[in-house]
Amino acid sequence: MGEQSTGAQITGAQSLVLALETAGVTDVFGIPGGAILPLYDPLMDSRIRHILVRHEQGAGHAAEGFAGATGRVGVCMATSGPGATNLVTPIADAAMDSIPMVAITGQVPSGAIGTDAFQEADIRGITMPITKHNYLVTNADDIPRAIAEAFHIAATGRPGPVLVDVSKDALQALTTFNWPTAIDLPGYHPVTKPHAKQVRDAASMIIAAKSPVLYVGGGVIRANASVALRKLADITGIPVVTTLMARGAFPDSHPQHLGMPGMHGSVAAVGALQKSDLLITLGARFDDRVTGKLSTFAPNASIIHADIDPAEIGKNRYADIPIVGDMAEVIPELVMALEAEYAAGNRGDYGAWWELLNRMRETYPMGYDLPDDGTLSPQYVIQRLGLISGPDSIYAAGVGQHQMWAAQFIGYENPNTWLNSGGLGTMGFAVPAAMGAKVGCPDKTVWAVDGDGCFQMTNQELATCSVNEIPIKVALINNSSLGMVRQWQTLFYNSRYSNTDLESHRIPDFVKLADAYGCHGLRCESPDDVDTTIEKAMGMNDAPVVIDFVVHRDAMVWPMVAAGASNDEILVARAMAPDWGSDD
Amino acid sequence: MSRHTLSVLVEDTPGVLARVASLFSRRGFNIESLAVGPTEVPQVSRMTIVVNVEGAVLEQVTKQLNKLINVLKIVELDPDASVQREILLVKVKADLETRSHILETVQLFRAKVVDVASDAVTIEATGNGDKLAALLRVLEPFGIKELVKSGAVAMARGARSISDRPVRSADRSA
Repeated sequence: MGEQSTGAQITGAQSLVLALETAGVTDVFGIPGGAILPLYDPLMDSRIRHILVRHEQGAGHAAEGFAGATGRVGVCMATSGPGATNLVTPIADAAMDSIPMVAITGQVPSGAIGTDAFQEADIRGITMPITKHNYLVTNADDIPRAIAEAFHIAATGRPGPVLVDVSKDALQALTTFNWPTAIDLPGYHPVTKPHAKQVRDAASMIIAAKSPVLYVGGGVIRANASVALRKLADITGIPVVTTLMARGAFPDSHPQHLGMPGMHGSVAAVGALQKSDLLITLGARFDDRVTGKLSTFAPNASIIHADIDPAEIGKNRYADIPIVGDMAEVIPELVMALEAEYAAGNRGDYGAWWELLNRMRETYPMGYDLPDDGTLSPQYVIQRLGLISGPDSIYAAGVGQHQMWAAQFIGYENPNTWLNSGGLGTMGFAVPAAMGAKVGCPDKTVWAVDGDGCFQMTNQELATCSVNEIPIKVALINNSSLGMVRQWQTLFYNSRYSNTDLESHRIPDFVKLADAYGCHGLRCESPDDVDTTIEKAMGMNDAPVVIDFVVHRDAMVWPMVAAGASNDEILVARAMAPDWGSDD
Repeated sequence: MSRHTLSVLVEDTPGVLARVASLFSRRGFNIESLAVGPTEVPQVSRMTIVVNVEGAVLEQVTKQLNKLINVLKIVELDPDASVQREILLVKVKADLETRSHILETVQLFRAKVVDVASDAVTIEATGNGDKLAALLRVLEPFGIKELVKSGAVAMARGARSISDRPVRSADRSA
């Protein structure tokens, strides 16, 4: 393994900063503290922009938002002990949603490790099950190699978070900077190129199918394979569904797009999977929120399952044709294999299938009821936001009803424009993720679509945004409650609202809060003011904007498949099942 | 459910045992036994992991283990084409009357006495699980005072070494 060395004696901390610069890092989110103090000194002289957040969780989600919007590795930093443990939630979040992230934490001096020293926590041990890999570095000479490997592991194969914990004495010790010119990890060789025979078999299966569906997951976005997917859809004419993590991987405006499948998916998307005879699964993982009751999911379908992670294949559902590979390589090869079939005169006929699907989507389009009392409909607000701000904006959501409506009612045309916490379901994701996205894409309009519950978990990062001139926009869907939990209480707990009333119509006053944080605060309570308020916010780019949309609290997310129920039991509204007609 | 023996080559780095153990625990895979030690290659350790799982779960175990960066190679050992050994130390009550019976048993099982006290003997035995279980059944009536057993270590028969063998083809496309 070759190395590039500067030869000069520097501290471990200087070496770490050099390593981050060499790895191409431009922006870091973090908070200093005792154990990581040595690192912050040379960081001051670096060209790397360090953004001082107000809570380490914010640093982690900001790194995720940065990564999600740019496709580059996001970086966050914290000190030992509580600083590091505050990163645990975003690290787990990044692991669940395959987000490339490197977390750097300070650790107590190596001699004190294991003694329950002040601010000591075994963050490597704590994060073992939620990182792709992690390191504890106690020797300054090992720092560049650990950083180089961390970035390589985070960004390649199935992306994910990597933590590098560095003891304080390693940061202080003298060392020379030796950057590895090649990465030597004998136990890490992600397979990116698919097996040719599997691809050919998949192509003939697609030709033979009567009712195939392209079941597209977040892997297509992580692999930057949207253009290839578009081509695959165009040449085959096969319907497409995009999961929560894949919104934006395929244009919503495309006539073959049936929408999102899953617990709150469209009837057409859920119905297509249930009635399909072949799922062409691309970078998706048969998550329980998509499959519903697994034993009744897509009961008649054969499965082509392509994923970069071999462990996903066959994990939840048997794959008739497993394909291990990077979607950026698998999809083009599938296109070529299909074109060869077409050239030989073989072509699938999906006419009858489309008739059924078109009937489904005409009969059960996505929609919502407006409240009778003239109050604001949250779905209407989100839909208008999507139309006014448009598909070139980036939308980051929290978790809950507003997240589902933002997935359902904003039209996505491009990858990396929809950021949310899909796997872990982390409330509080939106504001810091939007901040990270705005740092990564300063020329784009970045909206945090947030709920009043989520917002209050991480809104302190508005201070970070104001101070550092990161003008994000927050659409606060304020229904004064933990809306999704309340919806479940309505449906499954006899409308007994145990601890879901946040009283956010009174406390806090979000407009004053925005003002206190140096943001523009706007309030909108009437449908007539929605457009003008959004347009006003669109024009405010000198500081962050928070719009408090005071919305109707009884709005519910539909359609819905109850947890653990079969997808066949999807309801389009309370006690209203769709009529899918006969199986033709 | 069936018994499977995996030989896992891992980098000898701090925390690698914790990574493997944590993976089994978090994914709900049951380990029957786990033994770890050095190999002929410096910096490479070998774990022998015995699991009792169904075929589909075994595939997941293998695939998830393979995702650990420090795991170099996984081979499933065919019980008919491999040697498996466990070591047993057992302290048995032995007075003047029973001692000769116990020594006889020790000989029959090709075990050996490693310590003798006035009212007990300590026996060492190696073998596969069945043999050791049989020995214990015979010794039980004398009174077992203390017992310790290692996990299994195992190696394929024949001239080829583990580094010659292909990995268990868990991902069927690879």
